[in-house]
Amino acid sequence: MKIAVCVKQVPDTTARKELTDDFRLNRASLDSVLNPFDEYALEEGIRQKEAHEGEVAMVTMGPASAEETMRKGLAMGADRGVLITDSALAGSDIWVTATALAAALRSGGYDLILCGQESADARTGLLPGALAEHLGLPFLSYVQKLDIEGSQLRVRRQLSGGYEVISANLPAVVMVVKAINEPRYPSLKGIMASKRKQVTKLDAGGLGLEPASLGIAGSRTEVVAATPRPAKEPGRMLTEPPSEAAKLIADFLAENKVIA
Amino acid sequence: MDWKLDPEAQSVLDMVREFAEREVRPRAHDIDETAEYPEDLVRKMAELGLMGIPFPEEYGGAGLSYVTFALVVEELCKACASTGLIMDVNISLFGEPVWLFGTEDQKQRYLRPISTGEALGALAMTEPEAGSDAASIRTNARREGQSYRLNGRKIFITNGEKADFYVVTAKTDPNAGSRGITDFIVEKSWPGVSFTTHYEKLGIRGSTTTDIVFDDVEVPAANRLGEEGMGFKITMDTLDAGRIGIAAQAIGIARAALEEAVTYVKERRQFGKPIADFQGIKFAIADMATQIEAAQSLMLQAAYLRDKGIPCARESAMAKLYAGDMAMAVTDQAVQLFGGYGYMREYPVERHMRDAKICQIYEGTQQIQRLVVARQQLAALS
Repeated sequence: MKIAVCVKQVPDTTARKELTDDFRLNRASLDSVLNPFDEYALEEGIRQKEAHEGEVAMVTMGPASAEETMRKGLAMGADRGVLITDSALAGSDIWVTATALAAALRSGGYDLILCGQESADARTGLLPGALAEHLGLPFLSYVQKLDIEGSQLRVRRQLSGGYEVISANLPAVVMVVKAINEPRYPSLKGIMASKRKQVTKLDAGGLGLEPASLGIAGSRTEVVAATPRPAKEPGRMLTEPPSEAAKLIADFLAENKVIA
Repeated sequence: MDWKLDPEAQSVLDMVREFAEREVRPRAHDIDETAEYPEDLVRKMAELGLMGIPFPEEYGGAGLSYVTFALVVEELCKACASTGLIMDVNISLFGEPVWLFGTEDQKQRYLRPISTGEALGALAMTEPEAGSDAASIRTNARREGQSYRLNGRKIFITNGEKADFYVVTAKTDPNAGSRGITDFIVEKSWPGVSFTTHYEKLGIRGSTTTDIVFDDVEVPAANRLGEEGMGFKITMDTLDAGRIGIAAQAIGIARAALEEAVTYVKERRQFGKPIADFQGIKFAIADMATQIEAAQSLMLQAAYLRDKGIPCARESAMAKLYAGDMAMAVTDQAVQLFGGYGYMREYPVERHMRDAKICQIYEGTQQIQRLVVARQQLAALS
């Protein structure tokens, strides 16, 4: 079975983020990591490969430095990487990103395409659906359990009050949630083996994409403003005796509908 | 000296930091409180491949540098000094002598399983009457055909009873002083091997410390490590490696204490402002950070020399001496900065202080380190 896992390089989730004048993330000063949500998709891909044999390819679009963050996935157990990198792609929105990823995936002959729930930086959660649309494949979202039998896929979709079971034919695009597994740490063996694994670089031309349809020019959405979250207001310190303070806290919680 | 790690070593360190932070640190308080040997964490370290970092891949290791190994010990000990020590002893005190002085057969039978984590190793050297004076051991091994008869008692053995294999020092020629000492690899399961006292300790409470009694244990000659009479030399080399590990442990403990202290002094308010705003506190933080990095430089220098195969007795003694004293001073200062809270079990700094103390004692007391440094220094000038 051929499995593709779409991943993204994101700024270290603990880092303080700043925006450039055109509301893009200033990546210059930031350490990058593999999008934590994608580690669950990758772990699921590796587990499915261990159960059904085949290979796991990581596919990403990003700057050349994204190869370094893909190394962690290769150390976890992915077999190879595909990096779409081209300056014409800078500033791409979801539409363009999905177009480029779909172009790379289409030629790969994958049976299963796995994605994380969202990226830790942009947090739209739209890419997996857009990808399925571009590829004309079934889309199964918010998946917390995944079983494959032959060419059939059976998943549990997480709902707010429970789950539903959906089946579909492969190939398909599956978006997984954190509940699906516990991603492994890359072992030393995996880390040492990862240096021998290949990351193939593709550019827009190689994917047959028109430069005019890419990057900011090709995007169908535009960020027109961005405002940082206001600083947290200082808390209120209660100095009343415990019995009075408890009542004040209870009133406060009721006022804010935390308790009835 | 080039401290820059290659990308693989850097990836290992990144992984270990994440593992230590997420899996090890949250357990450290309970491990200390209950003096529980962290069986599950040792198993996880084995699964990750951390038990044989500096040994070649053909012997189950990762083929990485001693520098990388020392930095991993530091990260693990920063999270939990007991957990890091178990892996440190396995590699530096058992794996190193078997790797450097063992036969091919010994490496296959003993180095491979301790590197993959199927088994655990330890060093049995100290005796009731032979601590700093390591050559005065009484444990003896008498040759009988194709084997030796081993008799004696070892004390304060780290990883005692948990370890499957032990490098044991014994006298094979009672009249030859330090040249009459021979090392053997002894298996826990052999008849006549027993573990007596299990010590209750001030710190590193999750690591086991026991006495071992050898009562007429039959040791095949194939388990002799090196030649007869080489034992003292082998063990002194082992301690050079071991002291780098202890320096790394001390640095890890000190870094943990500094991190706690920095968080606390920014939060704790007195006289209307965070105590970090007072110059007296700032100076304390600056001194702690500077001492930690000075110790790191000494430790990395010794590990670098070890990687290059250059003798490093002087440098590893310096690193262990300085880092051990530094860790005691830095953790003491951290407790002081926490004031009354620092003295309480609810905060981790008192544990760091208790854990730090052993770094001034084991693998050669600070006094012995000074003798090692002085011996080389005086020889160089004569």
